Amino acid sequence: MSFILTAVLVLGLTALVLGLVLYAVSVKFKVQEDPRVGQITELLPGANCGGCGFPGCAAFAEACVKQDSMDGLRCSVCTSEVMQQIAAITGHAVQVGVEKVAVVRCSGSCANRPSTGVYDGAPSCAAAALMNGGATGCFYGCLGCGDCVSACMFDAIKMDPQTGLPVVDQEKCTSCGKCVKACPRNIIELRNRNKMDRRVYVSCVNKDKGPVAKKACAVACIGCGKCVKACAFEAITLQDNLAYIDFEKCRLCRKCVDECPQQSILAVNFPPKKVVAPAPEKTVEQQKAE
Amino acid sequence: MAQKLHITTSPHLHCGDTIEKNMRWVVWALMPALITSFFVFGMGALIVTATSVLSCLFFEWFITRFILKRPSTLGDLSATITGILLAFNLPSNIPLYMIVVGALVAIGIGKMAFGGLGNNPFNPALVGRVFLLISFPAKMTSWPVPAGIAASYIDAETGATPLNLIGQIAGGNTAAADQLPSLGDLFIGNTGGCIGEVSALVLLVGLIILLCSKVITWHIPVSILATVAALTGIMWLINPVLYVNPLYHLCSGGLMLGAIFMATDYVTSPMTHKGMVWYGIGIGFLTVIIRYFGSYPEGMSFAILIMNAVTPLINNWCKPKRFGEAVK
Amino acid sequence: MNTFKIGGVHPEPNKLTADRKIETLALPKQAVFPLSQHIGAPAVPCVKKGDAVLVGTKIAEPGGFMSASIHSSVSGKVAKIDNVVDASGLRKPAIFIDVEGDEWEPAIDRTDTLMLQNNKSREEIIECIKNAGVVGMGGACFPTHVKLCPPKDCTIDTLIINAVECEPFLTADHRLMLEHPDEIIVGIKIILKVLGIDRAVIGIEANKPDAIALFQSKTTMVSGIEIMPLRMKYPQGGEKQLIEAVTGRQVPPPPALPANVGCVVQNIGTVFAVYEAVMKNKPLIERIVTVTGKEVKNPCNLKVRMGTPVSQLIEYAGGMPENTGKLISGGPMMGRPLLDDTAPVVKGTSGILMIPEEQAARLEERNCIRCAKCVQACPMGLEPYLLATASAAQDWECAEENWIMSCIECGCCQSTCPSRRPLLDWVRLAKNRVGGIIRARNAKN
Repeated sequence: MSFILTAVLVLGLTALVLGLVLYAVSVKFKVQEDPRVGQITELLPGANCGGCGFPGCAAFAEACVKQDSMDGLRCSVCTSEVMQQIAAITGHAVQVGVEKVAVVRCSGSCANRPSTGVYDGAPSCAAAALMNGGATGCFYGCLGCGDCVSACMFDAIKMDPQTGLPVVDQEKCTSCGKCVKACPRNIIELRNRNKMDRRVYVSCVNKDKGPVAKKACAVACIGCGKCVKACAFEAITLQDNLAYIDFEKCRLCRKCVDECPQQSILAVNFPPKKVVAPAPEKTVEQQKAE
Repeated sequence: MAQKLHITTSPHLHCGDTIEKNMRWVVWALMPALITSFFVFGMGALIVTATSVLSCLFFEWFITRFILKRPSTLGDLSATITGILLAFNLPSNIPLYMIVVGALVAIGIGKMAFGGLGNNPFNPALVGRVFLLISFPAKMTSWPVPAGIAASYIDAETGATPLNLIGQIAGGNTAAADQLPSLGDLFIGNTGGCIGEVSALVLLVGLIILLCSKVITWHIPVSILATVAALTGIMWLINPVLYVNPLYHLCSGGLMLGAIFMATDYVTSPMTHKGMVWYGIGIGFLTVIIRYFGSYPEGMSFAILIMNAVTPLINNWCKPKRFGEAVK
Repeated sequence: MNTFKIGGVHPEPNKLTADRKIETLALPKQAVFPLSQHIGAPAVPCVKKGDAVLVGTKIAEPGGFMSASIHSSVSGKVAKIDNVVDASGLRKPAIFIDVEGDEWEPAIDRTDTLMLQNNKSREEIIECIKNAGVVGMGGACFPTHVKLCPPKDCTIDTLIINAVECEPFLTADHRLMLEHPDEIIVGIKIILKVLGIDRAVIGIEANKPDAIALFQSKTTMVSGIEIMPLRMKYPQGGEKQLIEAVTGRQVPPPPALPANVGCVVQNIGTVFAVYEAVMKNKPLIERIVTVTGKEVKNPCNLKVRMGTPVSQLIEYAGGMPENTGKLISGGPMMGRPLLDDTAPVVKGTSGILMIPEEQAARLEERNCIRCAKCVQACPMGLEPYLLATASAAQDWECAEENWIMSCIECGCCQSTCPSRRPLLDWVRLAKNRVGGIIRARNAKN
């Protein structure tokens, strides 16, 4: 009987002492955390993608609480409603940003851009870009090793085995910008989503002179400048033999698309144009819309 | 220019080495031991080895084909070697179903569960062997005595192995010393034991094959054997009545087999020469501890598995000597 | 015989052209001079379209301290300044010159007479070398005048002449040694004078007994020049490996230089170029190129004007074999793959190698089986398997901790890997990234 008592006493005392130690430690090293940080973290997607510019969702939540306004704070993954909820918690007005989407600006598919060599090195665009110009005549376009695919945390980019180019899933893309950073050739750009996800953009980043670019790729921008003249809104600029459409200025009129001799300007998610005159050939946007 | 050129960067030439070539040398190096074992234990040795290899190959094929849905990896011969090594760690009269179970554990749990060759932390054959040892202790520790080619597979006569005797002597039963076979018999392989571990001589031939073909370096086998010899030698010098001559330790049990073929497994051994030596010393030390103080007569498999677990740490601690480090 | 201690491999030597005399290649129709043929800033053109140039006319000035000038190797008119795809595989600016006749700058001494006397001062010699656009001819193309001015706080005691030529197939340096030994010895004396020391060691691998014997007989009467035969092992021609093999000293990891252990290493081709620049006033406009390959009809050593298209060299050697899978500028271990045969010969082109398709194609990559062969082969004592894995996982910190910047990109690891992993591809990527991180950090501090 006595040894049971001893055991109970010893264990009880040990528990008491340890409990006191735990208490002392918890008091001494107590970390004051704003409960709102936890609430905001709950609302955030939790993918820690870093698209907001902070190391992770928790850091973003902390920044939301600490800063005096929501200026510059935006989770690109969250919907506007969620951002409103976050704003409600912090008590600051939310910045309504324009939703964006990743756009792959290269149409150098196997058919458009014939390969000139065989690359069988490390399967990484970064490695391929470092060593030589990839296995095509174009020194600016997609390398096709899929660094953007492995960078995407939302499963929103896939390589199309037919064309060898990455395809962005517009539904899944959260415009976190990981793929933009991963691409060694800076092909991917975040552009405004616009109404109905409609977009007009130059699907080429080749800065070579026209003949060189054209030789390398059938749909390369040759820097002819026709689109610049066609644009009524001064949205198109031409630099280094390459046209660029400013998505802030573009009104989606699609005049440039018709003008482009190289079919390197793409218009996506538009309804098929009504056929006014008997058109001998399908236009680009029709092909795209299909 | 008609042809398309490769534009991958340097180096542009390869010495021609492949996984298959290395594995094929290991298989060749194992063959002398298998043949010897056939002469010592008869058909049983071949039946057990064939069953083990075939079941390992089957499980590897099955798992890659139906579970992982990857291209087959039978061609790299690693499953063949696992099969041979597993068989070499079994007595020649073990029931066939146990071998199949062992092969399943070796390939399924020991290797493929981690993602196949290159990813397994433990030597697959030893995982299978230890599983069998714990599951079927009686069958796994009754070894047939050598009876020549004509020996029957089914009801082979069993008897104590030198290691049992060494254990008994160390336990105080000094009379068992009389039953110990001569060192010559031990070296050539005229004693009881598992299939692959009977003859130290042919295993050393295997070592020479592996060293000459540059499949392995000397670091692991030599450091294991030297550690075992040193430790058992010290104990022998302290008390020659209780502890036997170190040569008995070197030639008996799975020490040679383990030191030459299993501890040197690429995947589960350290990457630097310094690390390999520490790894070998660890195995040798643990083997002697288990042989003398553990409840199993043989400690080689446990020692290797324990050191396999330490290998990542060794890799972290033992970095190669960097060029220019000394003068930093 | 000496050699370096850590790692190394023994590829098949394949010196098919060791006994082929140097032949002179005809002038090209158009010569192309990329502006960055050397390590450092690209050169800046000092001619414009339509300008007439002579052989030896300077066409581009150094673009900075670490840079080299470029001279025309032909006479004619500047056709254009445009982009060209060079051995780096990237499109870079270059000067195109249409060849008309073969008129040389009058100041250049074109005779073969050996010039022994040199009354120039140290500064004059360096200026001469700089003006001649001499760069390291071993492949790295480090501007020679920069290398000959080691940091003030280092005491140099040994000049090491790199005559190792450890790359398989290449014999350009070997032939140069056999055909111009006297010029090389004068060149060594010039460099010794510049450095202000009196000890030079020529490191030659033992597979060139004729060159060793020739130089031993030539230097018996010369004090201060020593011939050191070295046991064959790749990459003995690596600067750090050669210093260790010759002197037993190990250069500390970057940013330390060979000068920190008292050595300056110059390639034998560079020494010859220095001789021509100083004694003959001839800028670096020609070099010896080995055109070779197992299937090549007429493998040869050619004396080629810079800027000649590679296709002309291949044609001279009997055309590109049908089954060629890779065209390499340089040797098989460290050379660069060419996209096509239009690339021009530049200062660093030591060889043109054609390897058949079945050797050019890499086998499928398999899991690392942790055989540790790469660790054993690495001459810098690194762990390529770990560095490659860290690089693929973009773990640049791990790569830096494991000394990735020490890698000399010799390719020993990848050429021994039984799993055929593209180890060096990954290591190069990590080196590039880690180098960027380190530069950014240094700029901050």
